[in-house]
Amino acid sequence: MAAEKQSTGEYISHHLQNLQVCRVDGSWVWNECAGNFWTINVDSMFFSVFLGLLFVLGFHAVAKKATSDTPGRFQAFIEMIVEFIDTSVKETFHKSSNVIAPLALTIFVWVFMMNFMDLIPVDWLPMAAHAAGIPYLKVVPTTDVNITFGMSIAVFFMVIIYTISAKGIGGFIGELTLHPIAPPLKGIGIVFAPFIIAFNFILESVALLAKPLSLSLRLFGNMFAGELIFILIAILGIWQLPLHFAWAVFHILIVTLQAFIFMMLTVVYLALAVEEH
Amino acid sequence: MDINLTLIGQSIAMLVFVWFCMKFIWPPLVAAIEERREKIADGLAAGERAEQDLIKAKEEAAGIIGEARSNALEIVAQANQRSNEMVDEARGKASSEAERIKAQAHAEIAQEIEQARSALRREVAAIAVGGAKQLLGREINEAANADLLEKLANEL
Repeated sequence: MAAEKQSTGEYISHHLQNLQVCRVDGSWVWNECAGNFWTINVDSMFFSVFLGLLFVLGFHAVAKKATSDTPGRFQAFIEMIVEFIDTSVKETFHKSSNVIAPLALTIFVWVFMMNFMDLIPVDWLPMAAHAAGIPYLKVVPTTDVNITFGMSIAVFFMVIIYTISAKGIGGFIGELTLHPIAPPLKGIGIVFAPFIIAFNFILESVALLAKPLSLSLRLFGNMFAGELIFILIAILGIWQLPLHFAWAVFHILIVTLQAFIFMMLTVVYLALAVEEH
Repeated sequence: MDINLTLIGQSIAMLVFVWFCMKFIWPPLVAAIEERREKIADGLAAGERAEQDLIKAKEEAAGIIGEARSNALEIVAQANQRSNEMVDEARGKASSEAERIKAQAHAEIAQEIEQARSALRREVAAIAVGGAKQLLGREINEAANADLLEKLANEL
């Protein structure tokens, strides 16, 4: 347990508090940033980038030495992941693209690693940080809504860029306005066209915006809930051991599944963006 | 739980990582996998070809062995025949030789008998002449009686 002085509520909220830094009136302020947009969640950013670098450098080390001879164990493992992603992407995204598969690989491995931080016992890193003088530390980046939104918004812009590059600006606007009800373009019905187009636009915009929203909130919700349950289990004293183990075993599934879902939905959205109706 | 600058930071980090992965990780790995796949396919094809070759070679070997076996049988049969012929030939030669030797011996014997007989005859004639000489007490003119003696000798 963190400290005897803390009440249970304080313990939980302490665990859910990011280490933040923001710029207020020309000076750096730590952890007094509520409501300030110009704030960085240092812990989320640190672990996210750290794990991203781990992925990038680890895979790059293998890719640099990759030969078509008998692969080493680690190379075989990496290649297994790559092939898994490759087949998943090829099944969904039928056009050829140099971006989609690496994007999917990055998302899958990166999100998996960020989720995996959840399986480190909840007190270890925060207490180590506390001993080092860092007051707050949230170790699982995907329990930070900023991180999941950051990724889904990047995906959202990619979807828009892919739609425009595949169908042109007109195609993109048409996608937003001419579905699902085709407006009448000649005859007396043309009077209704603006209303129908407005209706379509509202409907399709919601559908378009729902993609990044659902993508990020799904991941965030799952990981946040999982983390919260780990914290609640950690309060239980000695009984936490078997419970923690059981929940961790179950959570391995969630960790992998959520990473896969995030990756797969990204590919599906991008496939929908380039496909003809 | 506020939305803040972290969101943009994460987006930028993601784009950088994806770009790096696209540039330096994905192509070499996929190339290696693809190349190995081809190698394996080639290896499998080569294995299959080798198996076919082996089957063909086995068939060929079986054919050659069969031919050799029939050749050997033929040779053995020929050799048997030849040896039989040789034995027969030798037997024929030996028996004809024996016949010849026997005939020669018979001839010699006959000749000797003849010689002995003529010698005996002469002797008998001489004895008869001697006896007659003694009986007559005088010399018989041998030349005068030669044809007589000859006739006598032939009668013996």
